Amino acid sequence: MAQVMAPITAALAALGRPVLASLAALGRMTIYGAQTLCHILRPPFYAREFASALLNVGWLSLPVVGLTAIFTGGALALQIYAGGQRFSAEAVVPQIVAIGMVRELGPVLVGLMIAARVTSSIAAEIATMKVTEQLDALVTLSTNPMKYLTVPRVLAGFLCVPALVGIGDIIGIMGGFLVATGQLGFNPASYIKNTVDFLQTADVVSSLIKGAVFGFIATLIGCYYGMNSGRGAQGVGGATKGAVASASILILAANFILTSVLFGS
Amino acid sequence: MITLSGVHKTFGPNAVLRGVDLTIDRGTSMVVIGGSGTGKSVLLKSILGLVTPDKGVIALDGQDVRKAEREAFLARFGMLFQGGALFDSLKVWENVAFRLMRGPLARPKDEARETAIEKLRRVGLKPAVADLVPAELSGGMQKRVGLARAIAAEPEIIFFDEPTTGLDPIMSGVINELIREIVVEMGATAMTITHDMSSVRAIADNVAMLHGGVIQWTGPVAEMDAAKDPYLQQFIHGRSDGPIESVR
Repeated sequence: MAQVMAPITAALAALGRPVLASLAALGRMTIYGAQTLCHILRPPFYAREFASALLNVGWLSLPVVGLTAIFTGGALALQIYAGGQRFSAEAVVPQIVAIGMVRELGPVLVGLMIAARVTSSIAAEIATMKVTEQLDALVTLSTNPMKYLTVPRVLAGFLCVPALVGIGDIIGIMGGFLVATGQLGFNPASYIKNTVDFLQTADVVSSLIKGAVFGFIATLIGCYYGMNSGRGAQGVGGATKGAVASASILILAANFILTSVLFGS
Repeated sequence: MITLSGVHKTFGPNAVLRGVDLTIDRGTSMVVIGGSGTGKSVLLKSILGLVTPDKGVIALDGQDVRKAEREAFLARFGMLFQGGALFDSLKVWENVAFRLMRGPLARPKDEARETAIEKLRRVGLKPAVADLVPAELSGGMQKRVGLARAIAAEPEIIFFDEPTTGLDPIMSGVINELIREIVVEMGATAMTITHDMSSVRAIADNVAMLHGGVIQWTGPVAEMDAAKDPYLQQFIHGRSDGPIESVR
């Protein structure tokens, strides 16, 4: 019996190990997140680092967010028009573009773009600082690396990404508008009226909430992987890769949870 | 006085420190020598609390460093890191004045900048360097900036981690001379880790050799050459034959 069970047990163990490792990593990230939240509320505060993080996370992400949103909005208008034709519902393009962008695509795409641009750069920067002993130097200079590096970045992510999502939503809707009015023959005034009339405050608020959560996740994970990177160039590369993958997955998982909570009923 | 008693540290299967006992007297310059990978940096970082020992006690003036108030404890130290560890995003003067612009030692920006420029001058760098970023400096200049940062707040204890590694002999000589001058001038307690014997002779009052996770030999630098310890003799003469295996 034991001989029969041995390969099954081994297979289950092989499956279980990565699951346990992932859960352990998630637990460590959660603790790291809780520690960050505690530090956000306690001085000292590093205004200059916060301003620099605002610039990097927010302002410098605008081009990539804008371009992503405008093309997605345009593509969405084409898809809805083509799909809608199958049951004579082409007229719903403005409404579906608006709700699709604001509720779902805007926050998710901005979140993923932030994961690609900001999470990776944060992870690589902090990992390089670790490899070159700059984190140790911070400690010897009586500066807590979590306060100096993590808190400003996470706070900037939490505050900037909702704004980016809002801007992305507007640009995405404008992308749909340009395609619909320029290519599909929609009347510009009625397109805008339909969009504005259809959207509800709850849609916009949910979009901004998602943005804040995704911003928190993206920046936190970048910092976490940077602080826990391995040695040398390989360590920096591993931290960056792991940070982007984890942030992307966690953003998508958080999106599902938030959508269930906000619109599930 | 810094005292280490029975300090152990293991990384996975690798026991790096296996019971280190060492005393560094106030106002003296201790140099710890030993081959690459023998745990010299770990020893130094253990004192600062950057690495937590598995076992043993590290005391500063008789007080266990684990029980010391962290900020006050660290304020007593300055450290020059092997690669300089300068913050890339800050200008040279901001690196030097880092401690002078934050925390209990914070002072007005202009005053901090003045002090930084004065310290840069002390390590032989012109004031024009102050507004450059670390990436614009040579390795030797980065070491000097690191040294200026280490002494900026005039700490009572200064650690030097491989201060001359990667530098040409002339620059190594300059850095050694600077370290000696600064330590004497400030009356600081110094601990240097190196495997550069010219540094040892230039900087040290006392020498300790770390090998196999323990202090193999310790004594005044003047007695080093006459010591009978075969490990020490092999190391200081750079011989491949002897009790230290050349392949690790």
